[in-house]
Amino acid sequence: MRFGRLLRLAWKSLWLHRLRSLLTMLGMLFGVGSVVAMLAIGEGASQDAQAQIRRLGSRNLLLASIAPQASSSASERNSTELRYGLLRSAERRIVETVPGVARVVPRRDIKVEARYGPRKFSTVLLGTTPDYAGVANLRLEAGRFLAAADGLERRGVVVLGSVAAQRLFLGSDPLDRLVRVGSDAYRVVGVLAQRGEGTGGTAGTGGESDEALYTPLETVSDRFGRSVVHRTAGGRQREAVELHRITVEATSLEQVPVVAEALRAFLEQAHPRDDVRLTVPLELLRQAEETKRIFTVVLGSMAAISLLVGGIGIMNIMLATVVERTREIGVRRALGARRSHIVSQFLVETLVLAMLGGLVGLAAGKGFAHLAAWFGRVSVVITPASLVLAFGTCLLVGLVFGIYPARRAAGLDPVEALRRE
Amino acid sequence: MTAPLAARLEHVSRVYATGEAQVRALDDVTLDFPAGSYSAIVGQSGSGKSTLLNVLGLLDRPTGGRYLLGGEDVSALGDDRISQARGRRLGFVFQSFHLIPHLTVLENIEVPMEYAGVPAAAMRERALELAGRMGLRHRLDHRPTQLSGGQQQRVAIARALANRPLVLLADEPTGNLDSATGLEILALLDELHAQGTTLVVVTHDPHVAARAGRVVRMLDGRVESITARPGGAA
Repeated sequence: MRFGRLLRLAWKSLWLHRLRSLLTMLGMLFGVGSVVAMLAIGEGASQDAQAQIRRLGSRNLLLASIAPQASSSASERNSTELRYGLLRSAERRIVETVPGVARVVPRRDIKVEARYGPRKFSTVLLGTTPDYAGVANLRLEAGRFLAAADGLERRGVVVLGSVAAQRLFLGSDPLDRLVRVGSDAYRVVGVLAQRGEGTGGTAGTGGESDEALYTPLETVSDRFGRSVVHRTAGGRQREAVELHRITVEATSLEQVPVVAEALRAFLEQAHPRDDVRLTVPLELLRQAEETKRIFTVVLGSMAAISLLVGGIGIMNIMLATVVERTREIGVRRALGARRSHIVSQFLVETLVLAMLGGLVGLAAGKGFAHLAAWFGRVSVVITPASLVLAFGTCLLVGLVFGIYPARRAAGLDPVEALRRE
Repeated sequence: MTAPLAARLEHVSRVYATGEAQVRALDDVTLDFPAGSYSAIVGQSGSGKSTLLNVLGLLDRPTGGRYLLGGEDVSALGDDRISQARGRRLGFVFQSFHLIPHLTVLENIEVPMEYAGVPAAAMRERALELAGRMGLRHRLDHRPTQLSGGQQQRVAIARALANRPLVLLADEPTGNLDSATGLEILALLDELHAQGTTLVVVTHDPHVAARAGRVVRMLDGRVESITARPGGAA
């Protein structure tokens, strides 16, 4: 029998039992819907994590100074100054001893209040070198980034993050204007392009937020000296940190593990106090990918179970249908239907049921995902692959659970089937 | 000078093994059905007349003997070939019509042609022609439940004729009809017979049997007697 006829036939008998068909479809609908939604949530979470890590640069390795634990003796904290973290000498040592290194970029962070005219803006002043723009993937909106000569001549120049520029200049052109920090003036030589959403949240790890100001490291040493006073909850704290961060860029992705190992050895020897932390974005990326894989498998299987339940529902209804239509099957056999005709008739009916449920389920899944995004404040990403996977599984479930009832129908003895009322 | 045979049973038996007892529903039955003949098969219930009809209709297989349909031995064919033969060479008319309830009149008539692989246009044409012959031209889009018993049986007869079968098998064709409608159906069968259709009717109604050219009386699975009606076209 032609396929079009089979489809029409299937549609007719499903339409005959509209409510029953609808309820059976619901099973597949929720199954497919939850598969799509779960995969979308999993994919969204992983893309968020990956984007965040990529912003740190996958060829980069980050060394960051961290203040010693509060458990260190109170006398040490209160008495003179808190001294910890990376030293300027480390920069040279890394360049000279660690293989596979392309660039080493130091950075010192100072909390400041920047002023332009009547406007004030609390932010962080980053003292660094011209290479910083490259390793931190900074893009310029206007002007230029720091140059080598700026450092050598200890010039008071500054490059503004996009938010800093907006806050201080409210849209007017900041280039060549003077920004004040404390009693010093800095000439604006460049403005950075916006880095995009989420960067503010990573300021603690990346630091290169849209709010920062950039100036040569030498200028910072010149103007702020070795130590800085911080106002803390307990009063004042004098802190002497030579460098807050060193970004080490490996020559290639393959070199990243080698460099990481060398840096770990260096830290163990030079910083036994654990006042420097090494972060390897590539390792985090790999971990995130692994986590994503597990996450997706777990969520996906949970959703697949609901598909399975939907399949059982279909099988149940089809078995009932076969019993109900025993006589029709007998009549069709008497009129020349082969077993394979009967199998395809019932199988197509099951597949139409699964397919309709699946198609609506795809739309529902999209809806579920957006609801989750809205209420759960998570990002969701629906990939074409996830739709194909969900729909394919749905059809497979329909096929698997449809075969038994269909074969049962085809196996009926025509004489017995005709006798049934 | 004998007419070619539409069907022939040679020493056919059908034995059911129910537990330990064996039931011989058909016991060494030999019968010829010449092309264009009109046979009635009568007998009490349990005489084997239903089994005989099932075997003739290829719905049941004999356990012994040979069944020749249109000259071909069909007793040993596989299930697919059997199904094909059922659809193309035989037509069934049942006591309770057995139309498919969710299909229209026209679609019901088309079912055997679908399974025989008749192209859609030819199928539609043939179905319309048969519906016309059965006086159903104004009922084409009706469902079986919207028809009277007599009309339903006409649809069933049209359906049985769709593939121009060698033999038309009817099982108590008037059993579910009032006597007036029953007579109409019998007249229709007479007409088909006159046009050359080979008919086998199973019945316990003497009035129905009286229409046939010969009456085969079954008893305990055997042919008890064959009576040719004088002037009948046996």
